[in-house]
Amino acid sequence: MTVVYILWLREVKKYLRSRVQMVASLGAPLMYLGVLGFGLGPVFRRAGEGSYLQFMAPGVIGMTVLFTAMFSGIAMLWDRQFGFLKETLVAPVPRLAIMIGRTLGGATVAVLQGLLIFAATLVAGFRPLSVLAVPLAFLLIALIAIVFAALATAIGSSLKEMQGFQMVMNFFVMPLWFLSGALYPLTGLPAALTVLTRIDPLTYGVDGVRGLMLGTSHFGVAVDVGVLLAVGALFVAAGAWRFSKIEA
Amino acid sequence: MGDRPIIRVQHIVKSFGDVVAVNDVSFDVRPGEIFAFLGPNGAGKTTTIRMLTTLLHPTAGALELDGLDVTTHRTDVRKRFGVVFQDPSLDSELTAWENMDIHGVLYHVPRHARRERCELLLRMFELWERRDDLVKTFSGGMKRRLEIARGLLHTPKVLFLDEPTLGLDPQSRNQMWTHVRDVRAAEGVTVFLTTHYMDEADRVADRIAVIDHGRLVATGSSAELKTQTGTDSLEAAFLALTGTTIRDESATAADQMRQVARVWRGR
Repeated sequence: MTVVYILWLREVKKYLRSRVQMVASLGAPLMYLGVLGFGLGPVFRRAGEGSYLQFMAPGVIGMTVLFTAMFSGIAMLWDRQFGFLKETLVAPVPRLAIMIGRTLGGATVAVLQGLLIFAATLVAGFRPLSVLAVPLAFLLIALIAIVFAALATAIGSSLKEMQGFQMVMNFFVMPLWFLSGALYPLTGLPAALTVLTRIDPLTYGVDGVRGLMLGTSHFGVAVDVGVLLAVGALFVAAGAWRFSKIEA
Repeated sequence: MGDRPIIRVQHIVKSFGDVVAVNDVSFDVRPGEIFAFLGPNGAGKTTTIRMLTTLLHPTAGALELDGLDVTTHRTDVRKRFGVVFQDPSLDSELTAWENMDIHGVLYHVPRHARRERCELLLRMFELWERRDDLVKTFSGGMKRRLEIARGLLHTPKVLFLDEPTLGLDPQSRNQMWTHVRDVRAAEGVTVFLTTHYMDEADRVADRIAVIDHGRLVATGSSAELKTQTGTDSLEAAFLALTGTTIRDESATAADQMRQVARVWRGR
């Protein structure tokens, strides 16, 4: 447990010390929130769907958590390229403990980043159903963070070059976000898009957060949590397996 | 120094596909000695260290460290060595103390002992005053000293140093080896090092092994190698054993031009 804790703490300390990175990584979510939230608001309202800002705020929080969690995979590649990973790989501790410490650290950073953007959505005018809904929603957000931090670990363990991860971000992570229903409702979509949204784990994350914060969910929060738990277990297992295979 | 070797390498082979990086290498390292493992670029030094430090599985042969099979008792073996890799392995966004502390936790050093040991080593390596500074503010020499201090934190029996003085100025190199010898004297740790600086190996190593093209070509003290090759310096002995051809693995364009010029002059 101490090993998991110290590696978790390392990730959190590094995050809290990198103020510039912390603020810079809020740029894209704030842009989506500002430009799309306010820009598409009138169209959404005319279509009888209510406030677009209310609708998309959980999606922007999901986006922040997704991207931050996935960046923990880049941090692993960085550690691999600049040596710290070797220090942990030759230590007399189970690799599973190292992997869990790193993954939980990455997930915690993603949740903290999600909290910051949540505060920004409140400033922009987003209003959750109740104050009590917020801690519950953040439990679900923590689950989303673990799912994608574990996926990032699996991917980071399988790649050797930073450039490879850039491809992953462009061709895998961006589609995850666009297909998650963060920007549009999940009803009335073309069949192909319906299938793609259903196999995207982030869809269930955004839907669950929306369900808890706004009381409107497409699948139901129980289904969302169930899917995320199952996918999370799968990704953690994949991450642990890939991490155990690293040869430095 | 005891009789049983602290490191025993027997007929070790490591292949990467068709490339044989280490080919039937055997040698012993005695407890408490400083053992230099020398070779040109791409000779198989780092691959051998990676196998000895459990990061790579040998294709064939046997590796023992402190009487334990390196391939089957990896966790126990890992407790017994410290390592300073060729590339820096510190977390530059953390302080010197935090880097030491993480290492102590990873090696199960109890909290109280960890604090005492961190202080002792940071003082020994003249880094105590900078313990709360981020590593990214350190010079190359300070980083190397910190890596060695960290590698010694869990009181290992063997310290592996893979080209620890690469890129350091002569003052830093001299200071670092002084520290290493002090630690060897104080704690009896066995030091297994690689370096491209022959003067360093000549000065600090009790025994030397020379590897070339994955094969061991000589083992002995510096004096023995000089006698064996009929040379008067370790560098000349090294060149006599390994030749003067620059290895393609790391030769830059400038190196290759120099090699062409050397061949041209020799015609």
